[in-house]
Formats: sequence, C-alpha cells, structure tokens
Amino acid sequence: NYKDSKAVSKCDLHRLEEGPPEKAELTRDQGLQYYRTMQTIRRMELKADQLYKQKIIRGFCHLYDGQEACAAGIEAGINPTDHLITAYRAHGYTYTRGVSVKEILAELTGRKGGVAKGKGGSMHMYAPCFYGGNGIVGAQVPLGAGIALACQYQGNNQLCVSLYGDGAANQGQLFEAYNMAALWKLPCIFICENNKYGMGTSVERAAASTDYYKRGDYIPGLRVDGMDVLCVREATKFAADHCRSGKGPIVMELQTYRYHGHSMSDPGVSYRTREEIQEVRSKSDPISMLKERMLSHNMASVEEFKEMDVEIRKEVEEAAQFATSDPEPPLDDLCNHIFYNNPPLEVRGTHPWAKLKSLS
Amino acid sequence: MGLIETELTESDPVWSAMDEELERDERVFLMVEEVAQYDGALQVSRGLWKKYGDKRISTLPFLRAGLRPICEFMTFNFSMQAIDQVINSAAKTYYMSAGLQPVPIVFRGPNGASAGVAAQHSQCFAAWYAHCPGLKVVSPWNSEDAKGLLKSAIREDNPVVFLENELMYGVPFEMSEESQSKDFTIPIGKAKVERPGDHVTVVSHSRLVGHCLDAAAVLAKEGIECEVINLRTIRPMDVESIEASVMKTNHLVTVEGGWPQFGVGAEICARIMEGPAFNYLDAPVTRVTGVDIPMPYAKILEDHSVPQIKDIIFSIKKTLNV
Repeated sequence: NYKDSKAVSKCDLHRLEEGPPEKAELTRDQGLQYYRTMQTIRRMELKADQLYKQKIIRGFCHLYDGQEACAAGIEAGINPTDHLITAYRAHGYTYTRGVSVKEILAELTGRKGGVAKGKGGSMHMYAPCFYGGNGIVGAQVPLGAGIALACQYQGNNQLCVSLYGDGAANQGQLFEAYNMAALWKLPCIFICENNKYGMGTSVERAAASTDYYKRGDYIPGLRVDGMDVLCVREATKFAADHCRSGKGPIVMELQTYRYHGHSMSDPGVSYRTREEIQEVRSKSDPISMLKERMLSHNMASVEEFKEMDVEIRKEVEEAAQFATSDPEPPLDDLCNHIFYNNPPLEVRGTHPWAKLKSLS
Repeated sequence: MGLIETELTESDPVWSAMDEELERDERVFLMVEEVAQYDGALQVSRGLWKKYGDKRISTLPFLRAGLRPICEFMTFNFSMQAIDQVINSAAKTYYMSAGLQPVPIVFRGPNGASAGVAAQHSQCFAAWYAHCPGLKVVSPWNSEDAKGLLKSAIREDNPVVFLENELMYGVPFEMSEESQSKDFTIPIGKAKVERPGDHVTVVSHSRLVGHCLDAAAVLAKEGIECEVINLRTIRPMDVESIEASVMKTNHLVTVEGGWPQFGVGAEICARIMEGPAFNYLDAPVTRVTGVDIPMPYAKILEDHSVPQIKDIIFSIKKTLNV
C-alpha cells in the first residue's frame, strides 16, 4: 500500500472546541522515515549506554529510549525552520533537528569532532534552530517563549516548540512564561513530555494537578498519546496551525515513558517496578507499534525493516568508532568562545603566570 | 589507651551530623530534592526518611515559623533558582526586622566542580554567598570538618550556607573517637592549621586542601616547608590565623577551585593588605584558582580548567623565588 489512513487516539482537549483529526494519513515513505528516525535514536541511545558503562562517556547522560515517538512526531509536524528547545534529555532532539549520530556520540565522548567541539557534553548540544540541551530544570521554557517572541517580532511565520518534563511542569518560571506568551499571543507550543517520573518522584507525589495539558489554565491544551508517532504528528500540526494563525500559545502534554532511569547513575527501579517497565515495552513500544501497523497494512515487508535495522546498526557502530577514536579537543581551544565578535582577549589560567588566549 | 579511629567518607559524617541533630532538637527538619524513595540524589540523606518519617523529612518547600530547617540543594548550581530567597529572605531578614525575626536555616549541598558535568553544573558559589552580610558560609574539607561544622551550622541561629563537595563524598578519612561523639562540634569562623611550616603559608578550602597537602609533601623533599591552612569557614573568615602564619613565613599563596575574579583569594589578598601582616610579606600574594572560563566537558580541557598539584607547586616556588 502506498498510503493509508490510520485511526489515531482521540486527544483530551482543554479550552478547545475541536482537536486534531482522528484519522491520519501515512504514506509508505513517511512510515519508513519515521521508523528510521526512531530506530536510529533508539540504537544511538543504547550505544551511549554501552559507552557510558565503559566510562568512555562521563558525567551526566540522560537517555531517551522509549520516548522516540515524541521527537520524531514533533519534527514531522513542524518545519525545519521552526525552532525547538528542550531540557537535558536531548539526544533525540539533537538528532531530529539535524545533527548526525557521529557528531552526537563524539560530543558525548568529549572529542573535537563533537557538535560542540567536545566543550558542551550531553546536555549542551546545539544546531541551527535548536537551542539545546539545557541543564537547569525548567530554565529552557522562558527561553522558548523568548524565541517565539523573536518569531513574532520578525513576522516570519515561524514558531517555537518549548519542551519540558513532568517535573519541570511545577516550576514557577513556566507559569510566568505561560502568562507572557498568552498576553502577547506568542507562537509558542509548550510541550510537556510526561514520562510519569521526575527523577524518582512519581507525578502523583509531585503535582497537585497531573493534568499537565490543563496547567496553562487560560491557554488551550491537548493531551496526546506520546507513544504513537502519528498521534504526536497530528497534534503537533494542529498546534502549529493554531500558533501560526495568530491565536497565541498552546500547551501539549505527551504521555510517554522512559525505559532507562533518570540518568545513567539511576537504575530506575527503586521507585517503579520492573513489571511496569516490561509492560510498556511489550504493549506500547513506539517503534514496534509503528512497524506492526505498517506490516498489518502491507505497507512494507519484514525484510525491509530488517534491512533498515542492519543499516542503522552499521551507522551507529561507525559513529561510535569515530567517537572513540577522534582526538580530544586541543588545549588551545580551552579559552575560546567566551565572547562573540570580540577582539582576542587574555584569560587568566590557574595562576598569574598562566596567561591564556581567548578568540571569538 | 589510643584513639579509636574509623574510616568514614564525607557523606557519612554529613548523614550522622543530620541524624544526631534531628534526634537532639525536634524543631530541626530536612527539606530535600528527591529524598525518600530515590534516597537523596547522592544518597547523602539515605535512610533519614525511613527513620524520621514524613513530618521531619520532606520534599515540601516551605518555611514553618519556629522551626530549624535544613534545606538540601541537589547541587548549589540549582540554588541560583532560589537565590533570591537565600539572600533577600534568609540573609537580610534579621537585620530588616531589627532583631525581631531570626532565620535559623541551613542550606547545604555539593558545590564546585565535579567530574564531567560541564558548564552549568560545575560552578563554585563560595564567593557569591560569602559576599553577603547576614550569611555564614562554611566549606568543610574532610570528614571531621563535615560532621563538626554541620552540627554547628544546624545549631547556629543564623542562615548558614554549607558548601560540600561531591568528589569528597567517597573519600575515606580516619575519624578520631572524639569526633564520633554526639556533642562533637567545630566552631564556625575558625580555620585550622593542617600542616605547620616555616617557609610559606598556603591557604585553601574544601577539596583543594588535600591538593595543598600533597604539594607540601612534594616540596618538603626539596626542603621547602609549607604551612597549610584549611579555612573551614569562608564567612566570617579567620583572617587572624592567616595573619599569624604570614607574620611567621613571610609568603602567602591562596588556593581555590572557583574563578579568580572577586573570589576567595582576592578577598584574602585585600584583607592581608589592610592588616599587620602586609609588612611581613617578602613577595606579593599569589592566587591559585580555577581558569576564568565556563567549565568545558572534554576531559583534557576539564583537567586544565582546575588547579592541579603541579600548579600549586609551581606557584609556591615562584612566590619563594626558587
């Protein structure tokens, strides 16, 4: 089948007369592309897990496996020239926003071929129209509203997707951002990736209201099945139309799940059961669900999927090879990039006789 | 009868300090991110919830009148989101109320550089907090410091910023029998001479005290005897101890992990110049500090962003002109 219409789950609506369509069109090419994107993210994250356990990746590493449909679906619903900002669970978005697996892994291993030349690490990767990668919980959301303000100011019909988690959803600065976005009708899609746990705290223990799609109060919202890439895409398109038509901001809650713990230092089983994790894997895995749908509608064959899997594994393996063999950044890059568009300046080293150089 | 010594890591004396003070005073309670089921992000609050329950240990962020809260920041980098309250509500209230409203609160958590956690998670806040009147700022180095100073901080009737160090949590130290008693406290505002010496005064705080002692051991083989001072408290700073030492050694090197500008070392330099020890200096004071850049992620760059033992040795020799 070249293309087919698929039923997608109905979204819960807040202050909206109608929501995204309940049927989504999926072409074969789209399906294969979404599969490829999600599977690449999945394999990349699992490779990162491996490299972290081998101590080749250090510091913080927050993995995205389980949540792939969110990143893939959102990207399918916006334009490459739209803007996106997220928190620290950012590797998936770094990929969907156009950075190669090679440059992502090499950044995780701290090499000069990394997307931030090895200086940023896991939580600080950037790309055109992608503003990271932010380490401090919730801080990225007001920034996202600001980017939306820039879009409005420049009249370029672009919007900003501003992501945060269920933990950050209780942060005061989000409500300040909601207020200003609503007052000024900023083209901002606020998206809460609700994976049910803020570090080790379940949503019931953290929030007086777990209806995250309603937390924008006067801002319309929708709650979406974040494990279904088509659902996410349709909801994102709906939200994007809403923003671009000048109606102001909108809130989306994606109900999703992370297989890993909060970060690599969290086994992820002291606050939830292995049975729960296993149940999501077997019943709601975003990649399996898409594959089964396409197979049952004869949109692709088992062999095609296998072939793609082989290609993806190869791509990730080669990227990992690069990431482990590329040299670390040179020492003379230590002090660069303090200021933009600035004459070279002298930077004090660890003692007064260490006079280092900083270039823009 | 010898001392009974046991090896404990910094996080154990921090735990036992809180445990003892929770037991001693009902008004003390602990507010922490991710305590209880996650067992405190770095497990420092491990088990306290199981022992004391929801009323004394909570993740609810509110101040109840008449109580003595201990507020844990997962790291001090996150304290910036609450820093207005630390300064404008905690530090200044007793002054603004002309003595009506004391604020007996402890803010504690790991501070400064860790390993591979990059720019937003590696900052040292000693200088920022120590700049503010109304706060006391404490920076322990070893297990005894951690325990004794935290107990004092909890018993202190004023706001205390207690800067721990993540890399020190796992380092074992011998602890004397005295330090294991429930009444063991170390006074806030008093530095400690960790190693006596005649040739140069080396002043530091937190993890780098260990680096200074290592540097001193190397230099001793060359006949250079360093007097290593562990500040223990940043504010109020024990300037008298530094002055007494400088008046003996005539040379001063300060060592800190934080950035150089407007930092702990800068303050020490200013205070020395303002006091009697200035006339005893045979050379300008040298500051050894972190490099004046955001913390990079790549290991080779990170290693070169913080003072190494060789930097301390080099600086001491340059100061002594040898």
